[in-house]
Amino acid sequence: MSEFVHPVERRMTISAADEERLRTQLERTWYVPRGIIGWCSVADHKTMGKRYIVTAFCFFTFAGILAGLMRLQLAVPNNHFIGPDLYNQIFTVHGTMMMFLFAVPVMEALGVYLVPLMVGTRNIAFPRLNAFSYYVYLFGGVMLVVTMLLNTAPDVGWFSYVPLAGPDYTPGKRADFWAQLITFTEVAALAVSVELVATIFKARAPGMSLNRMPLFVWSMLVTALMVIFAMPSIVTCSSFLLLDRLVGTHFYNPAEGGDSLLWQHLFWFFGHPEVYIIFVPALGIVSSIISAFTWRPIFGYSAMVMSLVATGFIGFGLWVHHMFATGLPALGLEYFTAASIVIAIPTGIQIFCWIASLWRGRPRFHTPLVFVLGFFAIFVLGGLSGVTLASVPFDLQVHDSYYVVAHFHYVLLGGAVFPLIGGIYFWFPKMTGRLMDDRLGKVNFWLLFIGFNITFFPMHILGLEGMPRRVYTYPDNMGWNTLNLVSSLGALLLVVGGALFVYNVVRSYRWGLAGSDNPWGAETLEWSMSSPPPVYNFLHIPVVEGRCALWDRSADAPIVTGIRSDVREVLISDVMDAEPINVAEYPEPSIWPFLCAVVTSGFFIGSIFTPWALPVSILPLAVTLIGWFWPKKRDRERAIEEQDEDRRLHDAA
Amino acid sequence: MFDPHGPIARSIATHGWWLLLMSIAVYLVVMVALLIALGRRRREIDDQPETTRRLTRNVSIAVALTVVILVGIAASSVVSGRGIYSPSGAGAVTVDVVGHQWWWDFQYHDVTPSDVFTSPNELHIPVGLPVVIKAMSTDVIHSFWVPNLMGKRDLIPGIVTNTWIQADEPGVYRGQCAEFCGHQHAHMALEVVAEPMNTFQAWIRHQREPAAEPATDEERRGKDVFMQSTCVTCHAIRGTDAGSHLGPELTHVASRLTIAAGTLPNARGHLAGWIANSQSIKPGNRMPPNALTPDDLQAVLAYVRSLR
Repeated sequence: MSEFVHPVERRMTISAADEERLRTQLERTWYVPRGIIGWCSVADHKTMGKRYIVTAFCFFTFAGILAGLMRLQLAVPNNHFIGPDLYNQIFTVHGTMMMFLFAVPVMEALGVYLVPLMVGTRNIAFPRLNAFSYYVYLFGGVMLVVTMLLNTAPDVGWFSYVPLAGPDYTPGKRADFWAQLITFTEVAALAVSVELVATIFKARAPGMSLNRMPLFVWSMLVTALMVIFAMPSIVTCSSFLLLDRLVGTHFYNPAEGGDSLLWQHLFWFFGHPEVYIIFVPALGIVSSIISAFTWRPIFGYSAMVMSLVATGFIGFGLWVHHMFATGLPALGLEYFTAASIVIAIPTGIQIFCWIASLWRGRPRFHTPLVFVLGFFAIFVLGGLSGVTLASVPFDLQVHDSYYVVAHFHYVLLGGAVFPLIGGIYFWFPKMTGRLMDDRLGKVNFWLLFIGFNITFFPMHILGLEGMPRRVYTYPDNMGWNTLNLVSSLGALLLVVGGALFVYNVVRSYRWGLAGSDNPWGAETLEWSMSSPPPVYNFLHIPVVEGRCALWDRSADAPIVTGIRSDVREVLISDVMDAEPINVAEYPEPSIWPFLCAVVTSGFFIGSIFTPWALPVSILPLAVTLIGWFWPKKRDRERAIEEQDEDRRLHDAA
Repeated sequence: MFDPHGPIARSIATHGWWLLLMSIAVYLVVMVALLIALGRRRREIDDQPETTRRLTRNVSIAVALTVVILVGIAASSVVSGRGIYSPSGAGAVTVDVVGHQWWWDFQYHDVTPSDVFTSPNELHIPVGLPVVIKAMSTDVIHSFWVPNLMGKRDLIPGIVTNTWIQADEPGVYRGQCAEFCGHQHAHMALEVVAEPMNTFQAWIRHQREPAAEPATDEERRGKDVFMQSTCVTCHAIRGTDAGSHLGPELTHVASRLTIAAGTLPNARGHLAGWIANSQSIKPGNRMPPNALTPDDLQAVLAYVRSLR
């Protein structure tokens, strides 16, 4: 690649006819295959991103229905509507699904869709891996839904503490389904994170140096790196559990020299960063929306970036605050109190910077911004209750009580889902070309906001009054009746709000107002192409001239030329300054990742029942992987031959 | 939590009130700042360097204040934490708290081995004195929690940890398992009975005695039924042949306030239902239904009710 030339030119050198020819050729090169086999072969990040988002919302709905059932059961004391066996399955699946199949995937899905558009490239890095990760995620999620429908779902809580989840106290296969679901989501999440990091570091458009990257891209980078460092811990943790259950190892069996606390350390070393893995992308969404609806860049860009990165680091240093009641030494607990309190500082900085941005700009109150304001009202409360939980003495009282349930719904629903829904309202016009109904959107917001607070605020008080978590019923004389009933009624509003959101999405998808390329006048690159974006994303890879790619663009902005349009070639740039250094060719769509995911899923599900699943799946797995990586130089070689032919003819002439 | 009756709970409640008030204050300040930012009268986007400078200053002040508040919280937390980790005086009594699915066993230490006894689901403590608690479990993880008296302490199999409890006024305080422990986690409660020292010592003396001998014919018949049926496979009654410790000991069961780990009041009707089919009351618990004839059931009831 030594002959590679800096491929930047001024826009005016390209004629309209050339542009049209380029468009046709790019469309042919970056085609999205059709038909059933084609559907399973797609490697385009936009298609996969949309599938990811829709799938995640399906799981969200399922888990939300389970939550409704729980509120129905808890509406009155000593209720016999749902027995303990079913209730334990319901709350386990609700938590597991919301965390592993909705919150993390939907945020990564948004990254899969948006990051390549925001950094100015034609596809996500490793597009086949991206397709593979989606199918693994889908099959794992379907497995959990099926176990729930068959009444054999996991019933040991979303964190499956041992020894309860061990072979002695949960015979049968329920805990194995949980452990393997975790494996499914680990594989999917790790794959997506690797793709995102590679895309962000190596495929940014020229000029988009690290200090010009949009805050959303920064937040996805921090998230992806956190996933890469947190997941190995849960891989270890769930594999040990599976081995204990399947082949009789004793990692967690205290009677044989194992340790039941080991699980908690491994699980929370992943489990706490997990919370930030969900929350950090939401911070990126909030920044995108605030800047678009104030028409100003976010106040304090450097402080915002530093805060995101700091959150990513500190997030790994506070897992023990989930274990304050286990009887660890006092000095250790105090360290983790301090660490848990420190993480409030970067979050505080971001809140203050956003308020400063709103102060300076001139906010336009469209639905996305309204959801972000709801985020402020809910999340700040959740963050403060989080600070109180970091204090050991206070935590000893409220730990594992409804106070904690209230806290994490405030930070997860308020901190992540409200911005996410705002983000859907925000990017829907880009994804579909149609605007979502703004008036319905505001009704939607108020239903969700009021419903949320009626449902979850009383839980703070219930927790302070001593109501423990994860109980399928409670006695009549404890003084918890009224608040539980209120909370259940609030859940009704939430259900209505959720249904209205789905209705608005479906209606707007069919009959919504057609939006322009950039209906909000936002700053980032995804708003520069048509809505929905063409398969190749950018006709010309842009050159970024400032922190706000579109607002800082000069009239004769340079573009990148010299990238081949007859093969799937993309520009590779260096990590710091995004100087172009190379080109790479992305693979064609292929059915092999799908087949590989099928075999992998068969292996994961099979190993719930027998260790023989491993040797049996090795051969088919090898076949699919060989198919996947089979070198296909044909297209490129043909193109080079054609070029040589052209040159020969030219020379002859 | 905000109705403390012991030194630990009181110290936590005081600290907790401060935390909550501080949180409410910070919340209000942030929300007011947000509302002002939104409602500020402005015609244009305010981009003057003057505004930016002022905002930078204000954001820095806000961050500095946050740090100060957080350091204050951390300090207060450490100070009140130190007060509750270890008791103020020597423990008057030492009790092993053992978690089972889904009941509690309180084993009272004594230098004389024959004076060691257990009191299932009912912890008696003397008022005004710290009681040392050794927390342990034989099956899964449970968590010992009496909100009016103290915070939680997990009972972890394979690990024994020490903590303490103290009540300042006589009374009965309800506690409940706080770590999810399976099917009947919801029905794993306990009573802490705090009583003056002399009453407490009388209780201890009584608990150390073996079970009362049946006095009437019906009670004698009940004892025979008990000893010949499945009851003895799990339950112990000191002074008789029943010696299994899989389930709660029944030596003085009639003296307790509740049955089935705080699930039902200890009354004859509830007990009858429990013995006949406990699964309809606490589904999934370890006790099988007992198909006794009505006469046998009444006899067993009479006998068990006589075990004061």
